Amino acid sequence: MNAPTYNFAYLDEQTKRMIRRAILKAIAIPGYQVPFASREMPMPYGWGTGGVQVTAAILGPIDKLKVIDQGSDDTTNAISIRKFFEKTAGVAVTTSTGDATVIQTRHRIPEATLQAHQVLVYQVPIPEPLRFLEPRETETRRMHALAEYGLMHVKLYEDIARFGHIATSYAYPVKVNARYVMDPSPTPKFDNPKMDNCAALQLFGAGREKRIYAIPPYTSVVSLDFEDHPFEPYKHKACCALCNAEDSYLDEIVTDNKGSRMFVCSDTDYCETRQSQGHRGSENAAPYAESANA
Amino acid sequence: MTTVAEMPAGFADKVLAAQSTFRSVMDAMARPGTVQRIQAVSGVPAPMMRGAAAIALTLFDQDTPVWLDSKLAATMDVAKWIKFHTSAPVIADPAVCTFAVVADPAALPSFEHFAFGSGEYPDRSTTIILQVASLTEGPAYELRGPGIDGATILRAAIGVPDLLDRLALNASLFPRGIDLVLVSGESIVALPRTTRLVAKEG
Repeated sequence: MNAPTYNFAYLDEQTKRMIRRAILKAIAIPGYQVPFASREMPMPYGWGTGGVQVTAAILGPIDKLKVIDQGSDDTTNAISIRKFFEKTAGVAVTTSTGDATVIQTRHRIPEATLQAHQVLVYQVPIPEPLRFLEPRETETRRMHALAEYGLMHVKLYEDIARFGHIATSYAYPVKVNARYVMDPSPTPKFDNPKMDNCAALQLFGAGREKRIYAIPPYTSVVSLDFEDHPFEPYKHKACCALCNAEDSYLDEIVTDNKGSRMFVCSDTDYCETRQSQGHRGSENAAPYAESANA
Repeated sequence: MTTVAEMPAGFADKVLAAQSTFRSVMDAMARPGTVQRIQAVSGVPAPMMRGAAAIALTLFDQDTPVWLDSKLAATMDVAKWIKFHTSAPVIADPAVCTFAVVADPAALPSFEHFAFGSGEYPDRSTTIILQVASLTEGPAYELRGPGIDGATILRAAIGVPDLLDRLALNASLFPRGIDLVLVSGESIVALPRTTRLVAKEG
């Protein structure tokens, strides 16, 4: 034997069993936060330790893993986690949404429609949607047990009273399967409609807060709203400067000190796929990737 | 008296067999009514089925009290095998078990004998692993609920008397409730507490 190796996908088997049991109960009770004995991971809290533990518990040798951070495959967090599983599980990795079987994400849902054979794993910082309204865990737990969500509607109403519209733009609360109010993690509310009736299984892992929850495929996920103030997914009034997409979530990028800016797709795989299909934006008039054609 | 040497083996490859078995159970739970296959091979103490044995090796450990029905508890073989391979305590009181393994569906105790969980902690409930005659032939049921695109049909010889009444009671308790994993040989179908069953003609 050479140097000591890690167990497949880093975690020991007892930990995986514990997480796997939590995942099964989470699927059986859509939107309910199942407590689990979150482990120390070789990365700091806030870097996706919950998502990493869920991914490690479900990942197998035949899986193809994609990791995104705010839609991007090539940020530090995404690359680190991808390399972590390449090293400890030896799994194939990809940046293509369509090719992946397991997608771990921080704060975005891919633009491409997810398929039934895929699993989306969210990294969650604060799983409790009521936490900033009621700090006591014993109380929020009772509120969930009684489906007592009036406080959340008051919060949304206060938004309307102060700003004239629901100003919550990310981590926008949803109701899952007409029962539990759930925090969709800090995804922009633009992504909320994608969670509804999604063909893929969605799993959520919060490492520091020690909670796992899930949305099974084809489950109703409704963003909370009012009849006279219906939910509206926010989007910049622009199209992508690189691929001209009008239907994707855009990042605003400041380009100089004079207030110039451009909007580009937050989902890098979606943007690159469109560019390779010949779509051009205002900042990308030159033929894309000439070297690839040479 | 079985000695350790005579006891059926566990998984040949613990890590990957447990992973593939878990994914089958996870897919079954996420898509109620679909028949998933257990690929992993392990030894099986009679009268346990191969699928049930693989699930036991995958999910049971010292933290999960296990209850066996009278058919499985008739000989000590199953309890010994579970204790040896998984360290799970085999207990006599179903009200506190995490998993119940049932080989005789006709004699399944009513659901109130198991743990439903509490309103605050509905996850602290029993998962019943129920060995059934067939998951491809038998009466047809129409299934609806999370994980199902509209409705799906399951044909299965489940063999539990008053199954639909019991599941209706289970549904009325939501979010508390019992989750079922049906096993027939190497095939499994999950019926989590959110799934609604209706008997279908034909």
